[in-house]
Amino acid sequence: MLDYETLKLVWWVLVGVLLIGFAIADGMDMGVGMLLPFVGRDDTERRVVINTVGPHWDGNQVWLITAGGAIFAAWPAVYAAAFSGFYLAMLLVLVALFFRPVGFDYRSKLEDPRWRNAWDWGLFAGGLVPALIFGVAFGNLLQGVPFHLDSFLKPHYEGTFIWALLPLLNPFALLAGLISVAMLALHGALWLQIRTDGAVAARAKYAVSLLALVVTAAFALGGLWVWFGIDGYRIVSEPAHSALPNPLAKEVVREAGAWFAVYATLPVAMLLPATGLLAPLAARALSAMNRPGLGFVASSLGMTGIIGTAGAAMFPFVMPSSAEPNSSLTVWDAPSSQLTLTIMFFAVVIFLPVVLGYTLWCYRAMWGKVTVAEIEAKKYHAY
Amino acid sequence: MIDQTFVELSRWQFAAVAMYHFIFVPLTIGLIWILVIMESVYVMTGKQIYQDMSRFWTKLFAINFALGVTTGLTMEFQFGTNWAYYSHYVGDVFGAPLAIEGLMAFFLESTFVGLLLLGRDRLSKVQYLLVVFLTALGTNLSALWILVANAWMQNPVGAEFSAETMRMEMTDFVAVLFNPVAQVKFIHTAAAGYVTASMFVIGISAWYLLKRRDVAFAKRSFAVAAGFGLAASLSVIVLGDESGYELGDVQKMKLAAIEAEWHTQPAPASFNVVAITDQDKRENSFEIKIPWALGLIATRSIDKPVLGIDELVAHAETRVRSGVVAYAMLEKLRAGDKEAETRASFDRHKKDLGYGLLLKRYVDDPATATDDQIRQAAWDSVPRVPYLFWSFRIMVGLGFLMLGLFAASFYLLARRRLEKNAWLLRVLVWCIPLPWLASETGWFVAEYGRQPWAIGEVLPTFLATSALTTTDIVTSMAAYLIFYSILLAIELYLMVRFARLGPSSLHTGRYHHERADTRADAAPAPRLVPAE
Repeated sequence: MLDYETLKLVWWVLVGVLLIGFAIADGMDMGVGMLLPFVGRDDTERRVVINTVGPHWDGNQVWLITAGGAIFAAWPAVYAAAFSGFYLAMLLVLVALFFRPVGFDYRSKLEDPRWRNAWDWGLFAGGLVPALIFGVAFGNLLQGVPFHLDSFLKPHYEGTFIWALLPLLNPFALLAGLISVAMLALHGALWLQIRTDGAVAARAKYAVSLLALVVTAAFALGGLWVWFGIDGYRIVSEPAHSALPNPLAKEVVREAGAWFAVYATLPVAMLLPATGLLAPLAARALSAMNRPGLGFVASSLGMTGIIGTAGAAMFPFVMPSSAEPNSSLTVWDAPSSQLTLTIMFFAVVIFLPVVLGYTLWCYRAMWGKVTVAEIEAKKYHAY
Repeated sequence: MIDQTFVELSRWQFAAVAMYHFIFVPLTIGLIWILVIMESVYVMTGKQIYQDMSRFWTKLFAINFALGVTTGLTMEFQFGTNWAYYSHYVGDVFGAPLAIEGLMAFFLESTFVGLLLLGRDRLSKVQYLLVVFLTALGTNLSALWILVANAWMQNPVGAEFSAETMRMEMTDFVAVLFNPVAQVKFIHTAAAGYVTASMFVIGISAWYLLKRRDVAFAKRSFAVAAGFGLAASLSVIVLGDESGYELGDVQKMKLAAIEAEWHTQPAPASFNVVAITDQDKRENSFEIKIPWALGLIATRSIDKPVLGIDELVAHAETRVRSGVVAYAMLEKLRAGDKEAETRASFDRHKKDLGYGLLLKRYVDDPATATDDQIRQAAWDSVPRVPYLFWSFRIMVGLGFLMLGLFAASFYLLARRRLEKNAWLLRVLVWCIPLPWLASETGWFVAEYGRQPWAIGEVLPTFLATSALTTTDIVTSMAAYLIFYSILLAIELYLMVRFARLGPSSLHTGRYHHERADTRADAAPAPRLVPAE
């Protein structure tokens, strides 16, 4: 059995893996959804776009569901505080996500153009809104979330209803939202460039050239903003990392520069922001050279770098509290018991490779370019 | 102090989104096996009609599946958004099966369903059959894991409360997994899904037979559903009976409430078929009984008693008093008391902590509770009897009715006398909604009968909520109900549209609406033209 401290650390990595997996897999579908009304000009072209992800979006969405379940099991305190604290934001995400299963499946079942057009915008919203809100959530985590825990560890928040939502939409958080939207859209555009041809692929390529610049510029701007304008959090004193989790037993201060501490103590971590800055540009260059497959790999690395940068900067914080810093949730005091972490660790080690294996098999079975001619031939059977 | 309106609204919201979700789940769980059967017959015989059957029912499967996914999303996050304290308090145990469900089941189901819907022309016959089978496996495994989680709410085994982390912690994963409630519940619920799908297929097929349309297609579908439905409805009833036995063992209060057994009867207890019950007077004013039946079902014996409500409440009262001590000791420990005596006293009483928490509805500090409040808290452990009594009987009645329908269908089909018995076909069409009614009442019995507990005897529901406001809940509930209702209306529209079209929707040219000889009497073209 792994010791408790190691397990806590391993679970920080695993949650990161699941979130990055979500960005790479489902982020692609969301990006495709965001681009749908723009790269597909007529009904058949839009069906081409939809069918590049048609057989895969549902499996990809499970990354989100599994990440949610894993946070529930591994960091119950975070699951409780984050989802109830971001209540209306979560509601927006869920409602937007409602449009996807029905949008994909029902859109082409009836021929009425108004019907199809409405679902196209539904798929657009189902991609844009979650991408934006997840980015906004990260932006707020970096600034600290206004919650505190009572003595029985129930989370409470400052502000109620809409007054809890509006402060979340502050300028820095919206910039983080923009980074998220742009990187998922870039990822989706590269996918479309791989899987389509003709006019659709050309428009996707054009989108890549714009979006890659937006991602890099916004990410760089975000870094500067944190450097000059966002205070980080630092643990002043805390119980041993192997102790039973008690989020109220530590002392935390808020101070400028704390989010950059990790890069001083562990210089190799600099690779993360470097990848986040450069990989999108590499993706752009590869796309221009008509190598969108490699561009897709670069974009995946870029998202890993960007998400990793935020995660590493905050380490060991997961959800810092701006209202009462000592209530902050960290890698050491938010996890579940050693037994649960162990069981879940083995569940991931056993099942994740199996999942990746059959997922690749499914992609291979459906591989090839989706063309206008193919959609016209399969008028009644494609999405 | 607890805001009861807020708690009630939170409960209504959870009940509403869960019951909406379960409109779609049982059909998915069952219909996927019917597709496995049809596809297997196609692979074995190579007859085109079986492929057409599989393809047509897959279309209806997809329409239903989309909303199952949609409403399932809410369920995944509902615990965190609306039941934050619950999530903190039991996430260590409850979260694990949920996460494993994602890894082991949802991935399997959702990854292969894409190929099920869109990959037929890319795969060999056998590969495609494998895809259908793996989707079925994933779907049913997800039911298994969510029922392991749910069973733990009913009967929280393999876990202990920790004063240090202020939550329940897992001590024995195998016990959680092999929770006896989970085992019977999984088969009962899965088989109920098989019944739902069978009723769906047999009802729609009966309609084609009545219209004398695509008879060969309809009759084969009818046959598959009749056989599958007969076997499934038998196992639902057998496992339902097994659940009754489990209840007698681990959820005695729920059993007593379902049976409106206010006072312990001499063994073997009789079963109330009909009763007019009064929660306030705590008695039944009218009863029709079957002697011995309850004792036999609940204890599998003729000499063990089935405890009545008043005896269970008396027992609860002693546990509330013990829980008051547990709570007081817990506060001391949380405040840093390191005395061995405090710890020992806490350990002695901690199994009753949940009962002590019931008092939080009346007082902030259970130690200050009056005798009246303690008695009140003990009576709070009784769920609302009349609702449970009747919904249980509706569920059981529907179960037997459907068993009868499948048996009759199977018999008449085997004797080749189906066409001569148009009455049965008509009844089958009208009975399509029954399994949904049975499933929803079944869940109502299971979850309403768990009250006042979120986690049986561990965490009262009213403490399990998030720190939100009524406005938050009203907003989200309005959003869910409006969106769900619009989507449900669209789903039903498409479902009815495609069911009426029948296999003609496959555009093979072989079926009713597309054939020159039958086209004349085709239904008038719909305003929105179905494309698939």
